[in-house]
Amino acid sequence: MINQLGRYLLSFIAIVLVQVLVLNNLNLGGYVNPWLYVLFILILPVETPKWLLLVFGFITGLIMDAFLNTIGMHASATVFLAFLRPIFLRFLAPRDGYEPGSLPVPSHFGFGWFLKYALVSVTTHHLFLFIVEAFTFENFFVTLWKSILSSLVTIMVIMIAQLFSSREKRRI
Amino acid sequence: MRNFIRFIVRYHLFFLFLLLETICLYLLVNYNHHHNQTFVNSSSKLAAGVLEISSNFTDYFSLKRANEELSRENAFLRTQLPENTYNLSEPAPVNQLTEDSIHYRYRPAKVINNSINKFHNYITINKGSNHGIQPEMGVISARGLVGVVRHVSPNYATAISLLNTQFKISARLRETNHFGSLEWDGRSYQYAILNEIPGHAKVSVGDAVVTSGYSALFPEGILIGTIEDFELNEGEGFFVIRVKLSIDFKNLTYIETVEKITRNEQQELEKLTSDD
Repeated sequence: MINQLGRYLLSFIAIVLVQVLVLNNLNLGGYVNPWLYVLFILILPVETPKWLLLVFGFITGLIMDAFLNTIGMHASATVFLAFLRPIFLRFLAPRDGYEPGSLPVPSHFGFGWFLKYALVSVTTHHLFLFIVEAFTFENFFVTLWKSILSSLVTIMVIMIAQLFSSREKRRI
Repeated sequence: MRNFIRFIVRYHLFFLFLLLETICLYLLVNYNHHHNQTFVNSSSKLAAGVLEISSNFTDYFSLKRANEELSRENAFLRTQLPENTYNLSEPAPVNQLTEDSIHYRYRPAKVINNSINKFHNYITINKGSNHGIQPEMGVISARGLVGVVRHVSPNYATAISLLNTQFKISARLRETNHFGSLEWDGRSYQYAILNEIPGHAKVSVGDAVVTSGYSALFPEGILIGTIEDFELNEGEGFFVIRVKLSIDFKNLTYIETVEKITRNEQQELEKLTSDD
């Protein structure tokens, strides 16, 4: 248990550092920005209590906001994602349910499954984030377009990040 | 009461979610200026909106003609401004000579196509070479600078918009006269970036940024926008200034093209000098 806690803490720090130090300066073509930090919410164990997910989402979002000077924006989007994650997992559940101790990562459920899972979650998070950023439904299609582009880039980065962590995860 | 508590316990997750989102929204509205304004504005808009809609309907029928007339009148009035006319029979004093001998001609036109969400935005207007419009003429509106004419057909012209990352123009601070170069960073249609203002200049939020008049495209002192925020680039000793554009590019309708009559003369002279 302690071991697990330490590992998640480490991956959390690593993800936040990569996000803040590298990805935040990337700014592909002006407004496309990968938000890798949602990965932390995605990879938490399937059995994580739902309330804990919400709290984690809130903290993760607030930390990102602190770095980006957008107090509340990322926090609200990440809480929203954390709230919907159990629902997404239920829809994507294998035929005989989740085994205890399973993690929603490619090494447990396969690459295709994880891609589906990431696609749904990241797109939801980004759409919410960009709507909150615009704070209006005017120009909705511009917002939609931006969030779709950013989602694709984020998913790409998440997949790359999974390549780095997969070797460690298989040992569990 | 017991039922109420059971209700809370049963949906505790949803309430926690609502609570956290409320905290987020509270933080968002309280600490972010942009959101704050929108929040206040949209709530007052609700009441005012109803009244506005009814008056909009009645005004609408004469709106088009009224706009055209105003735009034409604007162009005419600008041509009448003292700095745009010069009188040959009456020699001007030496120190006014340079300013007085510049002559600008304005032509009204209407925007028929416009975009703001690309990185290279262009504007199409409904006047062309038949109406005397030529490439490399400045485009302005009553509220400020718009762009520069790029291509011309007999009845239409396209102009490169200020909202184009390839567009760069010399601009100066109205208060201190320091000049730098203004360009769009491709992000928000409301903001552009003014670079190369030296670090010793006095810069304050709200100052007006206007055209410098060096470019031979625009007269001096056409409004571009106001300073939103700025930071000093320590390494280079220059300010990086974010300028809130005075024009709302989202609802641009009537514009005017500016022609500097002595432009060719100025350019030939400058070319001669730079060839040396």
